[in-house]
Amino acid sequence: MDETTLLKAFEARVAAGEKIEPRDWMPERYRRQLVRMMSQHAHSEIVGMLPEGNWITRAPNLRRKMALLAKVQDEAGHGLYIYSATETLGVDRNDLIQELLDGKAKYSNIFNYPTLTWADIGVIGWFVDGAAIVNQTMLAKASYGPYARAMIRICKEENFHKKQGYEICVTLAKGTPAQRQMLQDAVNRWWWPTLMMFGPHDTESANSDELLRWKVKQKTNDELRQHFVNITVPQVHALGLTLPDPDLRYDEETGNWITGEIDWDEFWRVVRGHGPCNRERLRARRAAHEEGTWVREAARAYAAKQQRKTRPSNGVEVA
Amino acid sequence: MTLDALDTATKTALFEYLLRLGDDALILGHRLSEWCGHGPYLEEDIALANIALDCLGHANALLGLAGEVEGAGQSADDLAFFRDAIEFRNVQLVELPRGDFAFTIARQFLFSAYAHLLYEGLRESTFEPLAGIAAKAYKEVSYHLRHSSEWMLRLGDGTDESHRRTQQALNDLWMYTGELFEADDVLHALVEAGIAPDVPAARSRWKDMVTTVLEAATLQLPPEPPYMASGGRTGFHTEHLGHLLAEMQFLPRAYPDATW
Amino acid sequence: MTETNDRMVPWEVFVQPRAGAPHEHAGNVHAADAEMALQNARDVYARRGNVVSIWVVPAAAIHASRPEDTGPFFDPADDKPYRHPSFYKVPHGTRNI
Repeated sequence: MDETTLLKAFEARVAAGEKIEPRDWMPERYRRQLVRMMSQHAHSEIVGMLPEGNWITRAPNLRRKMALLAKVQDEAGHGLYIYSATETLGVDRNDLIQELLDGKAKYSNIFNYPTLTWADIGVIGWFVDGAAIVNQTMLAKASYGPYARAMIRICKEENFHKKQGYEICVTLAKGTPAQRQMLQDAVNRWWWPTLMMFGPHDTESANSDELLRWKVKQKTNDELRQHFVNITVPQVHALGLTLPDPDLRYDEETGNWITGEIDWDEFWRVVRGHGPCNRERLRARRAAHEEGTWVREAARAYAAKQQRKTRPSNGVEVA
Repeated sequence: MTLDALDTATKTALFEYLLRLGDDALILGHRLSEWCGHGPYLEEDIALANIALDCLGHANALLGLAGEVEGAGQSADDLAFFRDAIEFRNVQLVELPRGDFAFTIARQFLFSAYAHLLYEGLRESTFEPLAGIAAKAYKEVSYHLRHSSEWMLRLGDGTDESHRRTQQALNDLWMYTGELFEADDVLHALVEAGIAPDVPAARSRWKDMVTTVLEAATLQLPPEPPYMASGGRTGFHTEHLGHLLAEMQFLPRAYPDATW
Repeated sequence: MTETNDRMVPWEVFVQPRAGAPHEHAGNVHAADAEMALQNARDVYARRGNVVSIWVVPAAAIHASRPEDTGPFFDPADDKPYRHPSFYKVPHGTRNI
């Protein structure tokens, strides 16, 4: 079959809502878009461990400490699930991670902002995980089977992330004046970066059309952002907090909360590596990788020795 | 046996004993949690966090029980976050900085072999709440021992570098293992009452367990040091503990009237 | 792909959620040998409980059917109604057949 016929059949399957599996024919462009998008997603989970991990040793009680450690550990697990799904497209996780460490691959901008107080841990769970869930719920229906399955698993596990964040915020909101101040400050700092998580406006988004047509995504950046704003604004008001947006208003006609304009200069500056923590985040990942090299080498060397012991005549090594 | 059946002297000894066990778990869990996000590779990052979570779970249960036994209204959090270094009862072994992966694994291995003996015996404790905690903890520390033993083999018999680092870690840690097997009046009283197992009497079993793994890992049992560190059980610690606590306890102490 | 000495290989992970249920594919882990693959799989895929057994298989050891096999492999089974119990008639009211 020629390329055009194959492409037609592929697009008909996608349009009919069928899942595409690793060994199915797919356009090279679809494969590449998936590798790009999925590896960025996986990198985001891994780098995302750092800002919250910053508070594990300082969590204010044992319950919070265990919940936070379990949550940050989940992010490692979720990164692993997504890397695993990406590897079905014929790439190697080691290469993807190397691209991250070399500064060639992107990850979500949000993790280039610092966690200054304990309230940040609550607000990250509430806003950042809330935004991630909006995105992931959509991706659980993605046309690529392994990605959709990884997302279903992740969505199931992430349910507790947003709740634990919101619980922290409710506790702070009901707490002392200092705690309420701490919470309001965190809301002020995280609101705009969270809205930026959904990416550029649809008119500016280079990849959107293709991803929508191939049903990797089902909704546009602006639609997802609007949905997040609509569910989150009332939650903010319910805690007696304000949002740092003088233009925020409710539109009776559409039932939408309309926000002011995002500072896109800041967005692109952070994308290009000049956010508050870009350098620290990459430095931490590189340090962990480099300090781990001898450990991984030891594991391989041991496996090779064991294999020679059990199968002395066979020169082929699995590892 | 339940709490009401204990006399005052036994309660005092038991409170002290539970602080020792709880503080060991808390401080070790804290040190392990420092790896989260910084492990040598993704799978091992997740594994270390699992062990840390188990340890923090033990700490929460043991310190909670300590508070009940003391009967002064202190919660596990009060005990964890509002005592100073001299009031902590953990062995010095667990408070040493995490070091490299070889140091973390070697410490975990030495401690898990001890914890395995401890919880094995504690399952039979005549004090039922403690036997209950031990039944669950025993399964968890059995896995910790398996995990760290497997790593000892790989690091010891892996590359020259991993062998060198692991032997160094063992040599550096050895002087801190004596404390795990110290006996005193607190322990004697509880062993007598059937509440605590006589772990010091099982020291040779511990050494056999350790030796078997080290031999398979081509590592040397460190020579007996001229001095075994001591004092953690009575509040005499290394300088590292104060820094650990400064970090761990910062929030509740900075906002003493707040709940979290 | 650059070849270094610290690269581990992927193992596919299959977990059994409860006794009697089949093992299901969960994802992969990277490990240098089977024991570490098993431990890693336990830490990654069984950390919420709900798992009673795990298989790990070197990913390279799996041989899978190809999409172009679909016709020859699976279609011939479509027209063998005599493999299904509904193909056979028994008198109304007969039990335990």
